[in-house]
Amino acid sequence: MTQAETTYTDRQPAKFPGLVHETPGGGILSGPLEDVVNWARSNSLWPLTFATSCCGIEMMSTAAAKYDFARFGFEVARATPRQADVIIIAGTIVNKMAPVLKRLYDQMADPKYVIAMGACAISGGPFFYNTYSVVKGADHVIPVDVYVAGCPPRPEALLHALITLQEKIRSGTRERIDIDGRNL
Amino acid sequence: MVEEIGTTEQGDLVINVGPQHPATHGVLHLVITLNGETVKKVEPHLGYIHRSIEKMCESLSYRQFIYATSRMDYLSSHINNHGCALAVEKALQIEVPERAQVIRVLMDELTRIASHVLWWGAMAMDIGAFTPFFHAFREREMINDIMEETCGARLTMNYMVPGGVMFDLHPNFHRRVKEFIRQFHKKLPEYDELVTGNAIFKARTRGVGVLSKEDAISYGCSGPTARASGVDCDIRKLYPYEVYGKLQFEQPLATEGDTYARYLVRMHEMRQSLSIVEQLIDNIPEGEFQAKTKAVLKPPKGEFYSRVETARGEFGVYIVSEGGTTPYRIKYRSPGFSNLSALDHAVRGQKIGDLVAIMGSFDLVIPDIDR
Repeated sequence: MTQAETTYTDRQPAKFPGLVHETPGGGILSGPLEDVVNWARSNSLWPLTFATSCCGIEMMSTAAAKYDFARFGFEVARATPRQADVIIIAGTIVNKMAPVLKRLYDQMADPKYVIAMGACAISGGPFFYNTYSVVKGADHVIPVDVYVAGCPPRPEALLHALITLQEKIRSGTRERIDIDGRNL
Repeated sequence: MVEEIGTTEQGDLVINVGPQHPATHGVLHLVITLNGETVKKVEPHLGYIHRSIEKMCESLSYRQFIYATSRMDYLSSHINNHGCALAVEKALQIEVPERAQVIRVLMDELTRIASHVLWWGAMAMDIGAFTPFFHAFREREMINDIMEETCGARLTMNYMVPGGVMFDLHPNFHRRVKEFIRQFHKKLPEYDELVTGNAIFKARTRGVGVLSKEDAISYGCSGPTARASGVDCDIRKLYPYEVYGKLQFEQPLATEGDTYARYLVRMHEMRQSLSIVEQLIDNIPEGEFQAKTKAVLKPPKGEFYSRVETARGEFGVYIVSEGGTTPYRIKYRSPGFSNLSALDHAVRGQKIGDLVAIMGSFDLVIPDIDR
Protein backbone atom coordinates (compact mmCIF):
# COMPACT_ATOMS: atom_id res chain seq x y z
CA MET A 1 0.00 0.00 0.00
CA THR A 2 1.39 3.36 -0.95
CA GLN A 3 1.63 6.30 1.37
CA ALA A 4 -1.25 8.06 -0.35
CA GLU A 5 -3.59 5.12 0.19
CA THR A 6 -3.09 4.65 3.91
CA THR A 7 -6.00 5.88 5.93
CA TYR A 8 -6.29 6.74 9.56
CA THR A 9 -7.96 3.45 10.45
CA ASP A 10 -5.28 1.13 9.10
CA ARG A 11 -2.38 3.14 10.37
CA GLN A 12 0.05 0.87 12.22
CA PRO A 13 1.71 1.66 15.54
CA ALA A 14 5.05 3.37 15.10
CA LYS A 15 7.81 0.91 14.31
CA PHE A 16 11.36 1.48 15.32
CA PRO A 17 13.07 3.28 12.45
CA GLY A 18 16.11 1.71 10.83
CA LEU A 19 17.33 -1.84 10.59
CA VAL A 20 18.44 -4.16 13.34
CA HIS A 21 21.07 -6.70 12.36
CA GLU A 22 21.01 -9.55 14.82
CA THR A 23 24.42 -10.64 16.04
CA PRO A 24 25.26 -13.20 18.71
CA GLY A 25 24.84 -11.53 22.07
CA GLY A 26 23.12 -8.38 20.77
CA GLY A 27 22.56 -6.51 17.57
CA ILE A 28 23.74 -3.72 15.35
CA LEU A 29 21.44 -0.89 14.53
CA SER A 30 21.66 1.01 11.31
CA GLY A 31 19.62 3.98 10.26
CA PRO A 32 19.67 7.76 10.24
CA LEU A 33 20.19 9.17 13.72
CA GLU A 34 17.61 11.85 13.05
CA ASP A 35 14.89 9.24 12.57
CA VAL A 36 15.77 7.53 15.81
CA VAL A 37 15.73 10.83 17.68
CA ASN A 38 12.38 11.80 16.18
CA TRP A 39 10.97 8.37 17.00
CA ALA A 40 12.08 8.74 20.61
CA ARG A 41 10.73 12.28 20.87
CA SER A 42 7.35 11.40 19.45
CA ASN A 43 6.74 8.69 22.03
CA SER A 44 7.40 10.79 25.09
CA LEU A 45 5.66 14.13 24.78
CA TRP A 46 4.95 15.83 28.06
CA PRO A 47 2.11 18.32 27.91
CA LEU A 48 1.96 21.54 29.89
CA THR A 49 -1.09 21.88 32.11
CA PHE A 50 -2.41 24.95 30.41
CA ALA A 51 -6.17 25.34 30.36
CA THR A 52 -7.95 28.65 30.14
CA SER A 53 -11.55 27.54 29.80
CA CYS A 54 -14.04 24.83 28.87
CA CYS A 55 -11.66 22.74 26.72
CA GLY A 56 -9.56 22.22 29.84
CA ILE A 57 -12.28 19.98 31.25
CA GLU A 58 -12.22 17.82 28.10
CA MET A 59 -8.44 17.74 28.37
CA MET A 60 -8.85 16.45 31.92
CA SER A 61 -11.31 13.86 30.62
CA THR A 62 -8.70 12.77 28.09
CA ALA A 63 -6.19 12.40 30.87
CA ALA A 64 -8.59 10.42 33.06
CA ALA A 65 -9.13 6.69 33.04
CA LYS A 66 -11.68 6.30 30.23
CA TYR A 67 -9.61 7.90 27.46
CA ASP A 68 -6.20 7.92 29.13
CA PHE A 69 -3.69 9.70 26.89
CA ALA A 70 -0.90 8.09 28.88
CA ARG A 71 -1.35 5.13 26.53
CA PHE A 72 0.30 7.17 23.80
CA GLY A 73 3.13 8.64 25.83
CA PHE A 74 1.53 11.83 27.14
CA GLU A 75 1.92 10.45 30.59
CA VAL A 76 3.24 13.31 32.64
CA ALA A 77 1.41 16.63 32.59
CA ARG A 78 3.90 19.24 33.76
CA ALA A 79 2.97 22.42 35.56
CA THR A 80 6.10 24.27 34.50
CA PRO A 81 6.85 25.10 30.86
CA ARG A 82 10.54 24.35 31.38
CA GLN A 83 9.78 20.63 31.63
CA ALA A 84 7.08 20.42 28.98
CA ASP A 85 7.31 19.52 25.28
CA VAL A 86 3.86 20.42 24.06
CA ILE A 87 1.36 23.13 24.93
CA ILE A 88 -2.26 22.14 24.44
CA ILE A 89 -3.97 25.52 24.20
CA ALA A 90 -7.26 24.48 25.75
CA GLY A 91 -9.51 27.48 25.65
CA THR A 92 -9.90 31.09 24.66
CA ILE A 93 -6.89 33.37 24.53
CA VAL A 94 -7.81 36.95 25.35
CA ASN A 95 -5.70 40.06 24.88
CA LYS A 96 -4.53 40.06 28.49
CA MET A 97 -3.54 36.41 28.32
CA ALA A 98 -1.67 36.63 24.99
CA PRO A 99 1.63 37.96 26.42
CA VAL A 100 1.50 35.28 29.11
CA LEU A 101 1.05 32.56 26.49
CA LYS A 102 3.97 33.95 24.49
CA ARG A 103 6.08 33.96 27.62
CA LEU A 104 5.17 30.38 28.46
CA TYR A 105 6.09 29.32 24.93
CA ASP A 106 9.41 31.16 25.15
CA GLN A 107 10.22 29.43 28.42
CA MET A 108 9.83 25.96 26.90
CA ALA A 109 12.95 24.19 25.75
CA ASP A 110 13.32 23.23 22.08
CA PRO A 111 11.91 21.18 20.42
CA LYS A 112 8.48 22.44 21.37
CA TYR A 113 5.08 21.79 19.86
CA VAL A 114 1.71 23.47 20.07
CA ILE A 115 -1.78 22.04 19.71
CA ALA A 116 -4.67 24.49 19.35
CA MET A 117 -7.59 22.74 20.97
CA GLY A 118 -11.09 23.91 20.18
CA ALA A 119 -12.71 26.66 18.17
CA CYS A 120 -11.50 29.48 20.44
CA ALA A 121 -7.83 28.60 20.08
CA ILE A 122 -8.23 28.12 16.31
CA SER A 123 -10.08 31.31 15.45
CA GLY A 124 -11.82 32.83 18.44
CA GLY A 125 -14.70 30.43 17.85
CA PRO A 126 -17.99 31.53 19.36
CA PHE A 127 -16.26 34.72 20.45
CA PHE A 128 -15.22 35.75 16.96
CA TYR A 129 -17.90 38.38 16.45
CA ASN A 130 -18.90 41.25 18.70
CA THR A 131 -16.17 40.93 21.29
CA TYR A 132 -13.45 43.41 22.06
CA SER A 133 -11.09 41.26 24.07
CA VAL A 134 -10.61 37.90 22.35
CA VAL A 135 -7.54 37.01 20.26
CA LYS A 136 -8.93 35.57 17.02
CA GLY A 137 -6.82 32.46 17.03
CA ALA A 138 -3.84 31.49 19.13
CA ASP A 139 -1.66 31.33 15.99
CA HIS A 140 -1.55 35.12 16.10
CA VAL A 141 0.61 34.71 19.20
CA ILE A 142 2.60 31.49 18.80
CA PRO A 143 3.05 29.02 15.92
CA VAL A 144 0.60 26.12 16.02
CA ASP A 145 1.35 22.56 14.82
CA VAL A 146 -2.00 20.82 15.07
CA TYR A 147 -5.53 22.24 15.16
CA VAL A 148 -8.46 20.33 16.70
CA ALA A 149 -11.95 21.47 15.79
CA GLY A 150 -14.87 21.37 18.19
CA CYS A 151 -16.45 23.42 20.92
CA PRO A 152 -15.15 21.69 22.91
CA PRO A 153 -13.57 18.80 20.95
CA ARG A 154 -14.37 15.32 22.16
CA PRO A 155 -11.58 13.49 23.99
CA GLU A 156 -11.22 11.22 20.96
CA ALA A 157 -10.57 14.27 18.81
CA LEU A 158 -7.83 15.43 21.14
CA LEU A 159 -6.32 11.94 21.12
CA HIS A 160 -6.34 12.06 17.33
CA ALA A 161 -4.60 15.42 17.42
CA LEU A 162 -1.95 14.06 19.73
CA ILE A 163 -1.36 11.06 17.47
CA THR A 164 -1.22 13.36 14.46
CA LEU A 165 1.42 15.41 16.24
CA GLN A 166 3.42 12.23 16.83
CA GLU A 167 3.24 11.41 13.13
CA LYS A 168 4.36 14.89 12.32
CA ILE A 169 7.36 14.63 14.60
CA ARG A 170 8.28 11.21 13.19
CA SER A 171 8.06 12.52 9.65
CA GLY A 172 10.77 14.99 10.61
CA THR A 173 9.08 17.95 8.98
CA ARG A 174 7.22 20.85 10.43
CA GLU A 175 5.12 21.08 7.29
CA ARG A 176 1.36 20.97 7.30
CA ILE A 177 -0.10 17.48 7.08
CA ASP A 178 -3.70 16.46 6.63
CA ILE A 179 -5.83 14.03 8.59
CA ASP A 180 -4.28 10.94 6.96
CA GLY A 181 -0.73 12.07 7.47
CA ARG A 182 -0.14 13.32 3.91
CA ASN A 183 1.80 16.45 3.30
CA LEU A 184 -0.30 19.32 2.05
CA MET B 1 2.66 40.30 35.44
CA VAL B 2 5.74 40.62 37.63
CA GLU B 3 5.90 44.31 38.46
CA GLU B 4 4.85 43.89 42.08
CA ILE B 5 7.05 40.91 42.76
CA GLY B 6 9.86 41.32 45.30
CA THR B 7 10.17 42.40 48.89
CA THR B 8 8.16 45.20 50.50
CA GLU B 9 9.56 47.85 52.89
CA GLN B 10 8.31 45.81 55.86
CA GLY B 11 10.34 42.84 54.67
CA ASP B 12 7.37 40.86 53.37
CA LEU B 13 7.74 38.74 50.29
CA VAL B 14 5.37 39.40 47.40
CA ILE B 15 4.90 36.49 45.00
CA ASN B 16 2.75 35.69 41.99
CA VAL B 17 0.58 32.62 41.76
CA GLY B 18 -0.77 32.24 38.25
CA PRO B 19 -2.03 33.08 35.72
CA GLN B 20 -0.70 29.69 34.64
CA HIS B 21 -0.72 27.64 37.82
CA PRO B 22 -2.32 24.22 38.29
CA ALA B 23 -3.91 25.11 41.63
CA THR B 24 -5.84 28.09 40.31
CA HIS B 25 -7.99 25.81 38.10
CA GLY B 26 -7.63 28.13 35.16
CA VAL B 27 -6.05 31.49 34.70
CA LEU B 28 -6.54 33.29 37.97
CA HIS B 29 -3.64 35.50 39.00
CA LEU B 30 -3.06 35.94 42.72
CA VAL B 31 -0.53 38.40 44.14
CA ILE B 32 0.26 37.09 47.59
CA THR B 33 2.05 38.99 50.36
CA LEU B 34 3.86 36.59 52.65
CA ASN B 35 5.44 37.02 56.05
CA GLY B 36 7.61 33.95 56.19
CA GLU B 37 5.11 31.23 55.38
CA THR B 38 2.08 33.11 56.67
CA VAL B 39 -0.18 34.77 54.16
CA LYS B 40 -0.78 38.45 54.93
CA LYS B 41 -2.78 39.42 51.90
CA VAL B 42 -4.14 37.83 48.72
CA GLU B 43 -5.01 40.08 45.82
CA PRO B 44 -6.77 38.40 42.89
CA HIS B 45 -6.09 39.91 39.48
CA LEU B 46 -8.80 39.19 36.97
CA GLY B 47 -9.29 39.52 33.25
CA TYR B 48 -7.10 36.74 31.87
CA ILE B 49 -10.19 35.06 30.44
CA HIS B 50 -12.48 38.08 30.09
CA ARG B 51 -14.31 37.31 26.84
CA SER B 52 -16.80 40.21 27.04
CA ILE B 53 -19.77 37.84 27.05
CA GLU B 54 -22.12 40.49 28.45
CA LYS B 55 -21.30 42.93 25.66
CA MET B 56 -21.51 40.16 23.09
CA CYS B 57 -25.00 39.19 24.26
CA GLU B 58 -26.26 42.68 23.42
CA SER B 59 -25.90 41.94 19.72
CA LEU B 60 -27.45 38.46 19.84
CA SER B 61 -31.13 37.61 19.72
CA TYR B 62 -33.03 36.25 22.70
CA ARG B 63 -32.64 32.73 21.39
CA GLN B 64 -28.97 33.07 20.54
CA PHE B 65 -27.55 34.68 23.66
CA ILE B 66 -28.11 31.57 25.75
CA TYR B 67 -25.30 29.63 24.09
CA ALA B 68 -22.67 32.05 25.36
CA THR B 69 -23.65 31.31 28.97
CA SER B 70 -22.73 27.64 28.68
CA ARG B 71 -19.16 28.85 28.20
CA MET B 72 -19.23 30.88 31.40
CA ASP B 73 -19.64 28.33 34.13
CA TYR B 74 -18.99 25.36 31.90
CA LEU B 75 -19.33 22.89 34.77
CA SER B 76 -22.96 23.84 35.29
CA SER B 77 -23.83 24.89 31.76
CA HIS B 78 -27.35 23.49 31.93
CA ILE B 79 -28.12 25.60 34.97
CA ASN B 80 -26.71 28.75 33.36
CA ASN B 81 -28.87 28.17 30.29
CA HIS B 82 -31.78 27.53 32.60
CA GLY B 83 -31.37 30.91 34.29
CA CYS B 84 -31.35 32.72 30.95
CA ALA B 85 -34.33 30.78 29.64
CA LEU B 86 -36.25 31.64 32.82
CA ALA B 87 -35.51 35.35 32.39
CA VAL B 88 -36.73 35.37 28.79
CA GLU B 89 -39.82 33.35 29.76
CA LYS B 90 -40.55 35.82 32.53
CA ALA B 91 -40.29 38.70 30.08
CA LEU B 92 -42.56 37.06 27.50
CA GLN B 93 -44.82 35.34 30.07
CA ILE B 94 -44.35 31.95 28.45
CA GLU B 95 -45.89 29.01 30.29
CA VAL B 96 -43.47 26.09 30.27
CA PRO B 97 -45.09 22.61 29.91
CA GLU B 98 -44.69 20.38 32.93
CA ARG B 99 -42.71 17.77 31.05
CA ALA B 100 -40.15 20.41 30.08
CA GLN B 101 -39.97 21.60 33.69
CA VAL B 102 -39.24 18.10 34.94
CA ILE B 103 -36.64 17.49 32.21
CA ARG B 104 -34.95 20.78 33.13
CA VAL B 105 -34.77 19.93 36.82
CA LEU B 106 -33.47 16.43 36.04
CA MET B 107 -30.73 17.88 33.85
CA ASP B 108 -29.88 20.55 36.43
CA GLU B 109 -29.41 18.00 39.16
CA LEU B 110 -27.36 15.64 36.98
CA THR B 111 -25.17 18.61 36.09
CA ARG B 112 -24.81 19.49 39.76
CA ILE B 113 -23.65 15.96 40.53
CA ALA B 114 -21.20 16.04 37.60
CA SER B 115 -19.83 19.37 38.75
CA HIS B 116 -19.45 18.34 42.39
CA VAL B 117 -17.85 15.07 41.37
CA LEU B 118 -15.26 16.92 39.33
CA TRP B 119 -14.68 19.37 42.19
CA TRP B 120 -14.16 16.43 44.54
CA GLY B 121 -11.50 14.94 42.29
CA ALA B 122 -9.82 18.29 41.68
CA MET B 123 -9.78 19.31 45.32
CA ALA B 124 -8.29 16.02 46.42
CA MET B 125 -5.69 16.45 43.67
CA ASP B 126 -4.85 19.95 44.95
CA ILE B 127 -4.23 18.54 48.39
CA GLY B 128 -2.00 15.84 46.97
CA ALA B 129 -4.17 12.77 46.45
CA PHE B 130 -4.17 11.86 42.78
CA THR B 131 -6.34 8.72 42.85
CA PRO B 132 -9.71 10.45 43.55
CA PHE B 133 -9.34 12.28 40.22
CA PHE B 134 -9.72 9.00 38.32
CA HIS B 135 -12.62 7.83 40.48
CA ALA B 136 -14.39 11.15 39.96
CA PHE B 137 -14.06 11.06 36.19
CA ARG B 138 -15.41 7.53 36.02
CA GLU B 139 -18.78 8.75 37.36
CA ARG B 140 -18.59 12.00 35.45
CA GLU B 141 -18.23 10.17 32.17
CA MET B 142 -21.49 8.31 32.87
CA ILE B 143 -23.31 11.63 33.20
CA ASN B 144 -21.55 12.97 30.12
CA ASP B 145 -22.82 10.00 28.13
CA ILE B 146 -26.37 10.62 29.34
CA MET B 147 -26.09 14.28 28.35
CA GLU B 148 -24.58 13.51 25.00
CA GLU B 149 -27.38 11.16 24.05
CA THR B 150 -30.11 13.65 24.75
CA CYS B 151 -28.46 17.03 24.16
CA GLY B 152 -25.80 16.17 21.61
CA ALA B 153 -22.91 17.63 23.58
CA ARG B 154 -20.80 16.50 26.48
CA LEU B 155 -20.00 19.81 28.09
CA THR B 156 -21.61 22.88 26.52
CA MET B 157 -25.15 21.67 25.94
CA ASN B 158 -27.28 24.72 25.03
CA TYR B 159 -30.25 22.46 25.71
CA MET B 160 -32.59 24.85 27.51
CA VAL B 161 -34.38 27.24 25.19
CA PRO B 162 -37.07 29.81 25.98
CA GLY B 163 -40.27 27.80 26.28
CA GLY B 164 -38.81 24.46 27.29
CA VAL B 165 -36.00 22.23 26.08
CA MET B 166 -34.62 21.84 22.59
CA PHE B 167 -35.27 18.12 22.02
CA ASP B 168 -37.27 15.42 23.74
CA LEU B 169 -35.48 12.92 25.94
CA HIS B 170 -33.60 10.11 24.24
CA PRO B 171 -35.31 6.69 24.57
CA ASN B 172 -32.29 5.43 26.50
CA PHE B 173 -32.41 8.28 29.01
CA HIS B 174 -34.50 6.47 31.63
CA ARG B 175 -32.42 3.31 31.56
CA ARG B 176 -29.11 5.16 31.62
CA VAL B 177 -30.10 7.38 34.53
CA LYS B 178 -31.31 4.35 36.50
CA GLU B 179 -27.97 2.71 35.83
CA PHE B 180 -26.17 5.83 36.99
CA ILE B 181 -28.24 6.02 40.20
CA ARG B 182 -27.37 2.42 41.00
CA GLN B 183 -23.70 2.97 40.31
CA PHE B 184 -23.48 6.26 42.21
CA HIS B 185 -25.16 4.79 45.31
CA LYS B 186 -22.43 2.20 45.37
CA LYS B 187 -19.61 4.66 44.75
CA LEU B 188 -20.49 7.44 47.18
CA PRO B 189 -19.42 5.43 50.26
CA GLU B 190 -16.21 4.72 48.37
CA TYR B 191 -15.63 8.47 48.03
CA ASP B 192 -16.06 8.87 51.76
CA GLU B 193 -13.70 6.01 52.42
CA LEU B 194 -11.07 7.51 50.15
CA VAL B 195 -11.11 11.13 51.26
CA THR B 196 -13.71 12.14 53.85
CA GLY B 197 -12.38 10.03 56.69
CA ASN B 198 -8.75 10.37 55.70
CA ALA B 199 -6.61 11.62 58.60
CA ILE B 200 -4.27 13.65 56.39
CA PHE B 201 -7.19 15.25 54.60
CA LYS B 202 -8.80 16.18 57.90
CA ALA B 203 -5.56 17.64 59.21
CA ARG B 204 -5.19 19.74 56.08
CA THR B 205 -8.75 21.07 56.10
CA ARG B 206 -10.19 21.21 59.62
CA GLY B 207 -10.13 24.73 61.08
CA VAL B 208 -8.43 26.03 57.94
CA GLY B 209 -9.80 29.06 56.11
CA VAL B 210 -12.66 29.81 58.46
CA LEU B 211 -15.33 32.12 57.08
CA SER B 212 -17.86 33.30 59.67
CA LYS B 213 -21.55 33.63 58.89
CA GLU B 214 -21.38 37.44 59.01
CA ASP B 215 -18.40 37.54 56.64
CA ALA B 216 -20.03 35.11 54.22
CA ILE B 217 -23.10 37.37 54.08
CA SER B 218 -21.17 40.62 53.80
CA TYR B 219 -19.00 39.30 50.95
CA GLY B 220 -22.10 38.12 49.12
CA CYS B 221 -21.09 34.46 49.11
CA SER B 222 -23.64 31.96 47.94
CA GLY B 223 -23.96 28.27 47.28
CA PRO B 224 -22.09 25.63 49.25
CA THR B 225 -19.42 28.18 50.24
CA ALA B 226 -21.99 30.22 52.18
CA ARG B 227 -23.99 27.24 53.38
CA ALA B 228 -20.88 25.83 55.06
CA SER B 229 -20.88 29.00 57.17
CA GLY B 230 -24.51 28.50 58.12
CA VAL B 231 -26.12 30.92 55.66
CA ASP B 232 -29.49 29.69 54.50
CA CYS B 233 -29.25 30.67 50.83
CA ASP B 234 -30.45 27.88 48.56
CA ILE B 235 -32.47 29.52 45.77
CA ARG B 236 -34.20 26.21 45.11
CA LYS B 237 -35.67 26.41 48.64
CA LEU B 238 -36.11 30.15 49.09
CA TYR B 239 -37.49 31.07 45.66
CA PRO B 240 -38.52 27.73 44.12
CA TYR B 241 -38.60 27.67 40.34
CA GLU B 242 -39.95 24.94 38.04
CA VAL B 243 -40.95 21.89 40.08
CA TYR B 244 -38.52 22.40 42.97
CA GLY B 245 -41.37 23.48 45.25
CA LYS B 246 -42.95 20.00 45.03
CA LEU B 247 -39.78 18.04 45.73
CA GLN B 248 -38.51 16.61 48.98
CA PHE B 249 -34.89 17.55 49.57
CA GLU B 250 -32.72 19.02 52.28
CA GLN B 251 -30.48 22.01 52.18
CA PRO B 252 -27.24 20.88 53.80
CA LEU B 253 -25.94 23.43 56.29
CA ALA B 254 -22.85 23.53 58.44
CA THR B 255 -21.77 26.04 61.04
CA GLU B 256 -17.99 25.68 61.18
CA GLY B 257 -17.29 27.61 57.98
CA ASP B 258 -13.91 25.94 57.47
CA THR B 259 -12.59 24.05 54.48
CA TYR B 260 -13.77 20.73 55.83
CA ALA B 261 -17.30 22.08 56.32
CA ARG B 262 -17.37 23.29 52.71
CA TYR B 263 -16.23 19.84 51.66
CA LEU B 264 -18.93 18.09 53.69
CA VAL B 265 -21.68 20.39 52.43
CA ARG B 266 -20.81 19.57 48.83
CA MET B 267 -20.65 15.86 49.55
CA HIS B 268 -24.06 16.06 51.17
CA GLU B 269 -25.41 18.06 48.23
CA MET B 270 -24.50 15.25 45.87
CA ARG B 271 -26.72 12.91 47.89
CA GLN B 272 -29.56 15.42 47.84
CA SER B 273 -29.26 15.88 44.07
CA LEU B 274 -29.28 12.13 43.63
CA SER B 275 -32.47 11.90 45.69
CA ILE B 276 -34.09 14.59 43.49
CA VAL B 277 -33.15 12.61 40.38
CA GLU B 278 -34.60 9.47 41.98
CA GLN B 279 -37.86 11.25 42.78
CA LEU B 280 -38.27 12.56 39.24
CA ILE B 281 -36.95 9.83 36.97
CA ASP B 282 -40.04 7.62 37.29
CA ASN B 283 -42.46 10.54 37.25
CA ILE B 284 -41.71 12.36 34.01
CA PRO B 285 -45.13 13.53 32.82
CA GLU B 286 -46.23 13.03 29.23
CA GLY B 287 -46.84 16.01 27.00
CA GLU B 288 -45.00 18.69 25.10
CA PHE B 289 -41.35 19.31 25.74
CA GLN B 290 -41.50 22.86 24.41
CA ALA B 291 -44.16 25.53 24.53
CA LYS B 292 -45.22 27.12 21.26
CA THR B 293 -43.30 30.36 20.87
CA LYS B 294 -42.93 32.90 18.12
CA ALA B 295 -39.97 32.55 15.79
CA VAL B 296 -38.63 35.96 16.76
CA LEU B 297 -38.84 36.77 20.44
CA LYS B 298 -39.56 40.39 21.31
CA PRO B 299 -39.98 40.95 25.03
CA PRO B 300 -41.77 44.15 26.06
CA LYS B 301 -39.87 47.18 27.29
CA GLY B 302 -38.71 46.68 30.86
CA GLU B 303 -36.28 44.98 33.20
CA PHE B 304 -36.37 41.29 34.03
CA TYR B 305 -34.43 39.28 36.56
CA SER B 306 -34.24 35.57 37.23
CA ARG B 307 -32.12 33.58 39.60
CA VAL B 308 -31.14 29.94 39.76
CA GLU B 309 -28.93 27.86 42.02
CA THR B 310 -25.89 26.60 40.12
CA ALA B 311 -23.38 24.17 41.56
CA ARG B 312 -21.45 27.19 42.85
CA GLY B 313 -24.22 29.39 44.15
CA GLU B 314 -26.70 31.97 43.02
CA PHE B 315 -26.64 32.81 39.33
CA GLY B 316 -28.68 35.85 38.36
CA VAL B 317 -29.64 37.08 34.89
CA TYR B 318 -30.72 40.68 34.54
CA ILE B 319 -32.13 41.70 31.18
CA VAL B 320 -32.95 45.24 30.14
CA SER B 321 -35.24 45.20 27.13
CA GLU B 322 -36.09 48.10 24.85
CA GLY B 323 -38.70 46.07 23.05
CA GLY B 324 -36.39 45.03 20.21
CA THR B 325 -35.14 41.66 19.06
CA THR B 326 -31.88 41.95 21.00
CA PRO B 327 -31.45 42.85 24.65
CA TYR B 328 -30.33 46.40 25.47
CA ARG B 329 -28.17 45.23 28.34
CA ILE B 330 -27.51 41.91 30.05
CA LYS B 331 -25.86 41.56 33.42
CA TYR B 332 -24.91 38.22 34.90
CA ARG B 333 -24.54 37.83 38.61
CA SER B 334 -22.08 34.97 38.79
CA PRO B 335 -21.53 33.10 42.04
CA GLY B 336 -17.79 32.69 41.53
CA PHE B 337 -17.05 36.42 41.56
CA SER B 338 -18.55 37.00 45.00
CA ASN B 339 -17.10 33.81 46.41
CA LEU B 340 -13.65 34.81 45.19
CA SER B 341 -13.90 38.15 47.00
CA ALA B 342 -14.13 36.26 50.29
CA LEU B 343 -10.92 34.34 49.54
CA ASP B 344 -8.64 37.08 50.89
CA HIS B 345 -10.52 37.09 54.17
CA ALA B 346 -10.44 33.30 54.51
CA VAL B 347 -6.75 32.96 53.68
CA ARG B 348 -5.27 35.76 55.83
CA GLY B 349 -3.19 34.39 58.68
CA GLN B 350 -3.05 30.89 57.17
CA LYS B 351 0.02 29.18 55.78
CA ILE B 352 0.79 29.36 52.08
CA GLY B 353 0.24 25.61 51.73
CA ASP B 354 -3.31 26.01 53.03
CA LEU B 355 -4.11 28.52 50.29
CA VAL B 356 -4.42 25.71 47.76
CA ALA B 357 -6.78 23.73 50.00
CA ILE B 358 -8.93 26.79 50.69
CA MET B 359 -9.11 27.73 47.01
CA GLY B 360 -10.05 24.16 46.17
CA SER B 361 -12.92 24.27 48.64
CA PHE B 362 -14.27 27.51 47.10
CA ASP B 363 -14.68 25.64 43.80
CA LEU B 364 -13.86 28.57 41.55
CA VAL B 365 -14.45 28.47 37.81
CA ILE B 366 -12.48 31.35 36.34
CA PRO B 367 -14.49 32.04 33.14
CA ASP B 368 -17.50 32.34 35.43
CA ILE B 369 -15.69 35.08 37.37
CA ASP B 370 -14.30 36.99 34.39
CA ARG B 371 -17.18 36.33 31.98
